[in-house]
Amino acid sequence: MAINSIEAQPDVQALSQQGVHVTSLESLYNWGRSNSLWPLQFGLACCAIEMIAATMARHDMARFGAEVFRPSPRQADLMIVAGTVTKKMAPMVVRLYNQMPEPKYVIAMGACAISGGPFRDGYNVLKGIDRYIPVDVFIPGCPPRPEAMLDGVIQLQEKIRGQKLTGPHRARHADKSVRGDYPVPEYAGGDLSPPYNPEIWSPPPVPESSAEDESDSET
Amino acid sequence: MLPLEDIRTQIMEALPGAACEIVPNPGPSGQDSLLVDSASVLDVARFLRDDERHQFDYCSNTSGVDWLDQKVSETVKVAGTDAEGQANEVEETLERVIPGYLEAVYHLYSVALSVGPLVLRVRTGNRSEDVEIPSLTPLWRSCEFQEREIFDLYGIRFSGHPDLRRLLMWDTFEGHPMRRDYQAPDETLAFASANGKEDAS
Repeated sequence: MAINSIEAQPDVQALSQQGVHVTSLESLYNWGRSNSLWPLQFGLACCAIEMIAATMARHDMARFGAEVFRPSPRQADLMIVAGTVTKKMAPMVVRLYNQMPEPKYVIAMGACAISGGPFRDGYNVLKGIDRYIPVDVFIPGCPPRPEAMLDGVIQLQEKIRGQKLTGPHRARHADKSVRGDYPVPEYAGGDLSPPYNPEIWSPPPVPESSAEDESDSET
Repeated sequence: MLPLEDIRTQIMEALPGAACEIVPNPGPSGQDSLLVDSASVLDVARFLRDDERHQFDYCSNTSGVDWLDQKVSETVKVAGTDAEGQANEVEETLERVIPGYLEAVYHLYSVALSVGPLVLRVRTGNRSEDVEIPSLTPLWRSCEFQEREIFDLYGIRFSGHPDLRRLLMWDTFEGHPMRRDYQAPDETLAFASANGKEDAS
C-alpha cells in the first residue's frame, strides 16, 4: 500500500481493527487489477523457459494472480518480453504491444531484452526493447531464475498500486489525451528505421574525454 | 566407409570428366574431404547417392565457409650465386596470394550402409556478389533450408534450387552478415548527432 494512502491513517486503521474497512476507490481499483495480471503468452528465447517454470507447480505464479496467460494481445495487460529480440522480430513485438488494450505494462526479462545481452554486437540483435516500447520493470539475469521473475511481478504490482487515477501525475491509461501505441519500426537495409524511438529512449551521452581523443587522432 | 582415395577412384572411373580431389585434414579428427568442381558436383553427388557401393541417401548438414585471400610464403631453392660469389643453390622466399572464395560443405551419410560422413566441398570462383554453384536440393530435400541459409548469410546463389529466398534475415536485408568483411550498422554517428542536438537545445 502506498504510504500516504487512506489506509495508512491511524483512525482508519483503528476502524479496520473493529472490522470496518474504509478505502478509496483508487486503492480498491488498483488492488483489484494488480492482483489479476494477464500476461501475453509469448516467449522469444531461453528466458521463456524460466518464465514457464515460474508459472508451473514449483514456483506457481498463480499465487500472485498472474497465471492466466492469454494467447491474444487483446485479452492481455502484461507483456513479458522474455528473450532476445531480433531486429527481424522487433516490429512484431511493438505491434503486439500496440494491440494490447490499456492499462498495459511491460516487463523486460533477462539481459537480452534489457540490452541485447551477450548477443549485443550481433548483426540481428536489438539492443534493448526499451528503445521502442516503455518498460515498467527490468529483471536482470541470464536467464533470471523463476524467483526473480516472481519478484519482478511483485514489483510491478507495487507500481500498479501506487498509480494515480486523477490529477496531473495520473497513470497513462487514465489520461485520454495520451496515446498508448508507439511507432512500429520498419526494416531498412541492414537495420531498423528508426533505430530507436526518441520520445521514450535517448542514447547514452558520449564521454567528453573519448570525443576529444577521437578529434586528436583525426588531426 | 571406403577410404576416400577409393571413393575418388570410383568416381573418376564412373565420371571421367569430373574434377575431384581430396583435401587432407591434418587436424586430430583426420576427416579428409572431397573437393569437387562446381561444374561436375551434381553428377558426382548423384553418383554417390545412386551407386550401389555408396548409397549416400542422407545429407545431414550443409554449411558455408568464407575464405579470404590467403598469403602463402614458400621457401624454395633456386640456382644463383651465394655470398661468396660462387654458383650455388640459394633459398628464396616466394609470396603468392590465393584469391578468396566461398565454399559450401555437405556432410553425406548412408543410412542404408550405416556409414558416413562423407564431406563434400564445392567452391565458388571468387567472393563477389554474383557467385553461383549448383543446388543439391534436387538430390537431397534436406539441403533446401540449409542452402537458403547459406544464400542468406554468405550470398552464394544455388542454381536449380526450388525456392531460393532468404531464410533468417528479412527479404529486403542488404548484405550477407556471415561474410567476414560484413560491417554491422554502426550507431555511433547517430548517437553523436543526437547528443549534439541535445547540447544545441
